[in-house]
Amino acid sequence: MSTETDRIELLRFTTAGSVDDGKSTLIGRLLHDSKSIFEDQWESLQRSADLAGGAEVNLANLTDGLRSEREQGITIDVAYRYFASPRRKFIIADTPGHVQYTRNMVTGASTANMALVLIDARNGVVEQSKRHAYISSLLGIPHMVVCINKMDLVDYSEERFREIREHFHSFIPRLDIRDITFIPISALKGDNVVESSKEMPWYHGPTLLGHLEDVYIASDWNLKDFRMPVQYVVRPLRDEYHDFRGFAGQINGGVAKKGMEVAVLPSGKRSRIKSIHFHEETFGEAFAPQSVVIQLEDDIDISRGDILVSPDNLPYTTQDHDANICWMHEEPLALGRKYLIKHGPNLTKVMFREVVNTIDVETLEEQDFNKGMGLNDIGRVKFKTMVPLVYDAYKKNRNFGNFIIIDEATNATVAAGMLRSPEKPAPVPEHRDYEI
Amino acid sequence: MKSYKQTHLQYLETESIHVMREVAAQFERPCLMFSGGKDSVVMLRLAEKAFYPARIPFPLLNVDTGHNFPELNNFRDKRAEELGAKLIVRTVEDAIEKGIAVPVKGELSRNRLQIPTLLAAIEEFEFDAALGGARRDEEKARAKERFFSMRDEFGQWDPKNQRPELWNLYNGRVTPGQHMRVFPLSNWTEMDIWEYIGQEKLELPSIYYSHERQVVRRGGQWLPVNDLQPPKENEEVQTLNVRVRTIGDIMTTGCFESDATDIHDIIAEVSAARVTERGGRADDKVSETSMEDRKKEGYF
Ligand SMILES: Nc1nc2c(ncn2[C@@H]2O[C@H](COP(=O)(O)OP(=O)(O)O)[C@@H](O)[C@H]2O)c(=O)[nH]1
Repeated sequence: MSTETDRIELLRFTTAGSVDDGKSTLIGRLLHDSKSIFEDQWESLQRSADLAGGAEVNLANLTDGLRSEREQGITIDVAYRYFASPRRKFIIADTPGHVQYTRNMVTGASTANMALVLIDARNGVVEQSKRHAYISSLLGIPHMVVCINKMDLVDYSEERFREIREHFHSFIPRLDIRDITFIPISALKGDNVVESSKEMPWYHGPTLLGHLEDVYIASDWNLKDFRMPVQYVVRPLRDEYHDFRGFAGQINGGVAKKGMEVAVLPSGKRSRIKSIHFHEETFGEAFAPQSVVIQLEDDIDISRGDILVSPDNLPYTTQDHDANICWMHEEPLALGRKYLIKHGPNLTKVMFREVVNTIDVETLEEQDFNKGMGLNDIGRVKFKTMVPLVYDAYKKNRNFGNFIIIDEATNATVAAGMLRSPEKPAPVPEHRDYEI
Repeated sequence: MKSYKQTHLQYLETESIHVMREVAAQFERPCLMFSGGKDSVVMLRLAEKAFYPARIPFPLLNVDTGHNFPELNNFRDKRAEELGAKLIVRTVEDAIEKGIAVPVKGELSRNRLQIPTLLAAIEEFEFDAALGGARRDEEKARAKERFFSMRDEFGQWDPKNQRPELWNLYNGRVTPGQHMRVFPLSNWTEMDIWEYIGQEKLELPSIYYSHERQVVRRGGQWLPVNDLQPPKENEEVQTLNVRVRTIGDIMTTGCFESDATDIHDIIAEVSAARVTERGGRADDKVSETSMEDRKKEGYF
């Protein structure tokens, strides 16, 4: 293949905004100006413009906007959309911004490299902008871009732009955001979306697409602490691979190197990496988030759910946990009831002991008087699992500190969570088998 | 300092392989839907890579509508044999005979009849998961589809009752009677598929490449002429150099005039293409919501 495609990376971002902020128009604009729209789609847009008697094609109709979804009774959900520029491919997780869709925002945020917060320049920072920023920070999205839209309706005013930016900055200290960029745009007219605006000579930063293409994402993965949960054991049962016993999994963090010492948790047994395979190739090293097959030098009993880690840098292994969760189901959390928790390949029973606090997503204040967790609530909980979990704090590794909660009776996914460091990190015992 | 970067194709490949391994681990009797079409060719490659050097740990399932392109069926059988995979074929013809599928008078395409045939096969083999090659970029109705998509006893998809999917954590729990459709290619676009086929040098059924074929102009597209579909009286049969971009029922799959003879030509053509992939399938044109309707009933 050409070297062109060899270098193209993929960026995933999430969008949220209040109804009418211009989210659908912006997405339509990105798809249109990056030429990701095909002729038949364009024709059907024109047809509906003619029907509506409007002269101009409404870009917002390229996606089912939240309004039309509501009217048609379509399920409000996360919609995934795809487009490409010559330099990158993009996946948009398009989520509604209203408080009743917090769980959708959390879902869209879980896999995003970047959060795109949309603000109507006339209205400035509203409660929903804060909520989206808060959820992005809670879910550990590394990059944020704040698009101040409808600049055409405020005379492309630099002053208005600065005012909104300052207001937004005033509550950032309460959040955990590493990288934030502000861009003044008009989704409708196209200013600073793909093409630089002629109306805003005072703005010297990148266009939105330029920024999406340039933001550095390779370090979004934790590349320090090697962790690989064993997903599947590969045993070929063929003569030519008689002794082959490979541990298949997706590396959740760090780099695996041939010859490197690893600990197998929770048993604590140690070995060295004999070989790293992917299909017909073998590699000297592999890194997060690659899916690979690893063979070890020693014949240790390993099955799905065991975790390979670097031994000089161990994760926690505990039964008592402290985490932030988002409740995603109509039926509220019941303390003392048994649920299932899925953490990587592991599925075990769990019981919630305490709701420490919930977050008022309007003010971002913690409240410890409301001890319940219902649909769309975000809060901090303590719980105990039937067997120990091996994990890092979510802040340290998004892909090793995350979990979902499943209702045992209905199999519904009822919550998603992010583990915090345990109060007293328990040291990992060597060579001890846990009773299950 | 080395840079540890994945290209977009490596990222997508990694994600799909993770999903396939989850299926192998979480389900007792999964199967992989294999038609021989370009998406299922990519699926097969990913399954091969996910478990290598072991064999693919699930059988391949194909519903033969009797309206399949013969080139496709030959290719399907050949690939299964090369990989030493078990191939199960169930035919719509047979399902009609058994009364499982009931044709309506005047119905040309067999897309609808595929549904009961597929569900009967899933029941027959007690499959609890069926891996399919559908992508979210194919259709608006699919933009919200999950990787793990629950189906009830009637194979129905309930858009209001889908589980939230976060990170790479997939909840594959089903109760008896239910099954899961799993779509590892959810995040791939048509272009990604072609690029991957190029990168991996994957063999495709010959009809994807330019070939000479007898066609008639009908409903704004070139339809292949064959025994099932003779030309109508006023129609002029032409012999053109054509290829297909997506393959469905032979009665409704439109052909494009094209001189693309290899994957690089195709990629160039797709980059310049001005019609979406499904634009060439008459079955989708019936109504804007036709895909959504068929999906609810258990079609992919
Ligand atoms: N003047 C102006 N109007 C805009 C802009 N962006 C969106 N709009 C209009 O705002 C309204 C709501 O936009 P829409 O994209 O449907 O908002 P959504 O509800 O956030 O998806 C529509 O009438 C758009 O045409 C903009 O940059 N300038």
